[in-house]
Amino acid sequence: MKLSLGPNLFYWPRQATLDFYAEVATLPFDLVYLGETVCSRRHELRAEDWLDVAVQLAGAGKEVVLSSQALIESESDLKALRRLVDNGRFAVEANEMGAVRILAEKKLPFVAGMSLNVFNAHTLGLLADMGATRWVMPPEAGRETLAGVLAGKPPGVQTEVFAYGRLPLAWSARCFTARRFNLQKDTCEFKCVEFPDGMLVKTREHEEFLVLNGVQTLSAKTYNLLREIPQLAAAGVDIVRLSPQWQGLADVAGAFRRALDGEAAQLAGDYCNGFWHGKPGLELVENT
Amino acid sequence: MSNPAPIELVCPAGGLPALKAAIDNGADCVYAGFKDDTNARNFNGLNFDDNTLREGIRYAHERRAKVLIALNTYPQTENWARWTAAVDKAADFGVDAVILADIGLMDYARRAHPDLRLHLSVQGSATSYEAINFYRERYGIQRAVLPRVLSLAQVEQVVKNTPVEIEVFGFGGLCVMVEGRCALSAYATGTSPNCNGACSPGKAVRWEQTPQGMETRLAGILIDRFADGERAGYPTLCKGRFEVEDATYYAIEEPTSLNTLELLPQLMAMGIRAIKIEGRQRSPAYVAQVTKVWREAIDSCQKDAAHFTPKAAWMAELNKVSEGQSHTLGAYNRPWK
Repeated sequence: MKLSLGPNLFYWPRQATLDFYAEVATLPFDLVYLGETVCSRRHELRAEDWLDVAVQLAGAGKEVVLSSQALIESESDLKALRRLVDNGRFAVEANEMGAVRILAEKKLPFVAGMSLNVFNAHTLGLLADMGATRWVMPPEAGRETLAGVLAGKPPGVQTEVFAYGRLPLAWSARCFTARRFNLQKDTCEFKCVEFPDGMLVKTREHEEFLVLNGVQTLSAKTYNLLREIPQLAAAGVDIVRLSPQWQGLADVAGAFRRALDGEAAQLAGDYCNGFWHGKPGLELVENT
Repeated sequence: MSNPAPIELVCPAGGLPALKAAIDNGADCVYAGFKDDTNARNFNGLNFDDNTLREGIRYAHERRAKVLIALNTYPQTENWARWTAAVDKAADFGVDAVILADIGLMDYARRAHPDLRLHLSVQGSATSYEAINFYRERYGIQRAVLPRVLSLAQVEQVVKNTPVEIEVFGFGGLCVMVEGRCALSAYATGTSPNCNGACSPGKAVRWEQTPQGMETRLAGILIDRFADGERAGYPTLCKGRFEVEDATYYAIEEPTSLNTLELLPQLMAMGIRAIKIEGRQRSPAYVAQVTKVWREAIDSCQKDAAHFTPKAAWMAELNKVSEGQSHTLGAYNRPWK
């Protein structure tokens, strides 16, 4: 199995982002997904900056994929999407059906992103006919869903599973970060740059529950399938995805690399893995 | 604003009494589901079996109303046959359209029942004309229901760039998240709107009177706590009060309902073809009341859009049945975002 790094869902300052990807170039990832998938207002890196990062990572031997925005609202979102598709070099991860339409029309191969909601083999087969060479399982799906899809998987399509990071759970048009500071989305002051792993939502009993990341809501707990790597391999997964975090990615990548190579690996933290086991996502199932 | 296009009023039918209440009060269409997880209102005691469906279709068609069947959850490989059987049943019973989200199921429906009219469900998360045109070209969908995330100007941009009829939500419970893109309930309770057709399910709810007040929990997670005299609402996950950066507030959304009655002239002028009322889980009395107000409002607006204003009595009637007795324009009004 290969190791991938998903697109950074959070918003980091420009230099921090560039430094982060300079480090990623040295980490044991086979593939790296790049680009802003959450909010079109974020601009620390422009489209051309992302392409520069892509070229650098490709030069370091990584397979690079450019990820499209998951929620398209405006004509300018569509313009950015068309520019992304026409980048001329890198494959695109389609995160909504508008991107699929544009990619398929141009007969470009693409990655079917997790928000396309592929839950059955029939749907995957149709996307493969349109040019999908890989699909990313929706995080809320588990090993039973995966087994079902893979039983009827078209030949030549790779399977990627979100295996580490705060779980992307929901998208909205509303910016919850701006809402916390009584700001409107259109004049949000880019508050989310102050929360590099999202803004924590606790219950009134102070239990950590979710994090808010602009228009996106994620789990407070970190999803971690490190111990399930043998199950992923047995199920037929080709690529294991980690999601960027502000600190400590090198240790996580190292642990996953060792696990993929069949060596012992451990990570300590407040993790969850329920979705993989068909349970509520926040649960931690001790290994079976 | 001249010659507004005809606009259909699409009302919820959680059961036969609600279906009749909707049609008796002027619904052009009702939408309904079967008694299982093939639809996104998979609740105990709701929905239609063969007998009630047959009777419902007869009742509707005799009164020139249409019946739409929602099969808008995502089938999985192991239960695929149950979803295709549901499509077959809807077609065999002669429904007027099915409302689908999964492209696999759309492909099946188009091949097995080429004459069956297909609507794209809000659960399909299509927010741009590119996405909607994708579903039209590939699967021949004739209508799309827009997620409740676009501003009025963005809705208009969609309408202008697709031949597909556009249906928007007009009234009822407000999903703050993009429909089809929300796994919050799956994360907390294991019940997924996408796959199981329910959110924040009743079986996970606990109400508890404590010294701090009435507490509402979902799968053990404290969603809200109400002081004496505060009206305790159902613990829908995204409508609780939480702590964020030292503030306790409705971090995602207040308990409130969407109400777009005042936007009717604009929606008509831009060519919206149908207005959807949310609430298959609500009572026949709710359906009757909301349908009656919207029927009057649409007729009044169609007669004279230039002088249309929502009557105070209409708004009062609607507020009575709104969540938290309050309403919002939601994303249609850009500052909400």
